[in-house]
Amino acid sequence: MTSSAARIGVVTFPGSLDDRDAARAVRLVGASAVPLWHGSHDLEGVDAVILPGGFSYGDYLRAGAIASLSPIMAEVVDAANRGVPVLGICNGFQMLTEAHLLPGGLIRNDHGNFICRDQRLRVENTSTAWTNAFPDSAEITIPLKNGEGGFIASADVISSLEDSGRIVFRYLEVNPNGSMNDIAGVTNARGNVVGLMPHPEHAVEPGFGPDTRDAMRSGTDGLPLFASALASLLAAA
Amino acid sequence: MPTIVVEVMPKAELLDPQGKAVAGALARLGRSQINSVRVGKRFEIEVDGPADDAILAEVAALADEVLANLVIEDVISVHFAGADGFGFDAAEDFATGNVTSDTSFDAAAASGATSDETEQQLDDEISEGLA
Repeated sequence: MTSSAARIGVVTFPGSLDDRDAARAVRLVGASAVPLWHGSHDLEGVDAVILPGGFSYGDYLRAGAIASLSPIMAEVVDAANRGVPVLGICNGFQMLTEAHLLPGGLIRNDHGNFICRDQRLRVENTSTAWTNAFPDSAEITIPLKNGEGGFIASADVISSLEDSGRIVFRYLEVNPNGSMNDIAGVTNARGNVVGLMPHPEHAVEPGFGPDTRDAMRSGTDGLPLFASALASLLAAA
Repeated sequence: MPTIVVEVMPKAELLDPQGKAVAGALARLGRSQINSVRVGKRFEIEVDGPADDAILAEVAALADEVLANLVIEDVISVHFAGADGFGFDAAEDFATGNVTSDTSFDAAAASGATSDETEQQLDDEISEGLA
């Protein structure tokens, strides 16, 4: 398989905001981005799926809850269980927990405010389908923007996630939303499904990313997530 | 047409930022006797057919699967609303067994899961986080 033959689908739900950004990130690493629609049962044969950020269904009921019952989510759950790489960003992460593809849940930020900042993270697990291009314990800065990003789970679930290395991203410096154990992102047992609250797709192109020491808006720390997916697809082919 | 009422609350042991914000607003109005507020949800669901245990059980199952996320919330009660479909008599519902309830909520509340110390710690962590 060549890079451009790797097809990564990005699902658009009513209220998705970052679907175009995610598709752009996919193209920037050389893969093909395939737009998918929430109301369809057709994954169009894609090799990986991204559930983008936004406010699907206005966060009615619970963030991600109604989207997790969309027709396409039945196919996403099937694909995830077959080992297809699935990434949920922000609202997409909320959908993955609501669909029980990932453990735990996301609740309103403990301080009650929406937060938007460039957030420092540590990549704690570099063996997932979405993080294999990072060096071990890489520290990255990507934007975070959410109102309901507090990760919670029962004490048993938290300790089993810790023990099995399933915490993929952890907040550094500050805990921006009250997440237990500073958890910013987790994976499933197989390592093909990853969800995180911060937005890697907003840090993929110089001029549009977070500030770095070198230059304003030059941060591209989100790019390796998309490169990782491409690498795992090419390795599997 | 019978109406089934489903009540859902955030888990007692979790901080409820929404309730905390409301409590803060009430305190600013000088309602100093109000200690805390927790905010939950009430669903009023109209159903066809007889108001029997079967439909109540069906809605209770849906409440666990969809209306509430049991990772972060508890279903407090599932019961028929009063005949007018609006008001309901909780005492009567309980007396007639017109209720299915998740008692884990009461158990958690009785054990005093959110202590003052925990609240204070959370306050400290929040102010650190925002600093």
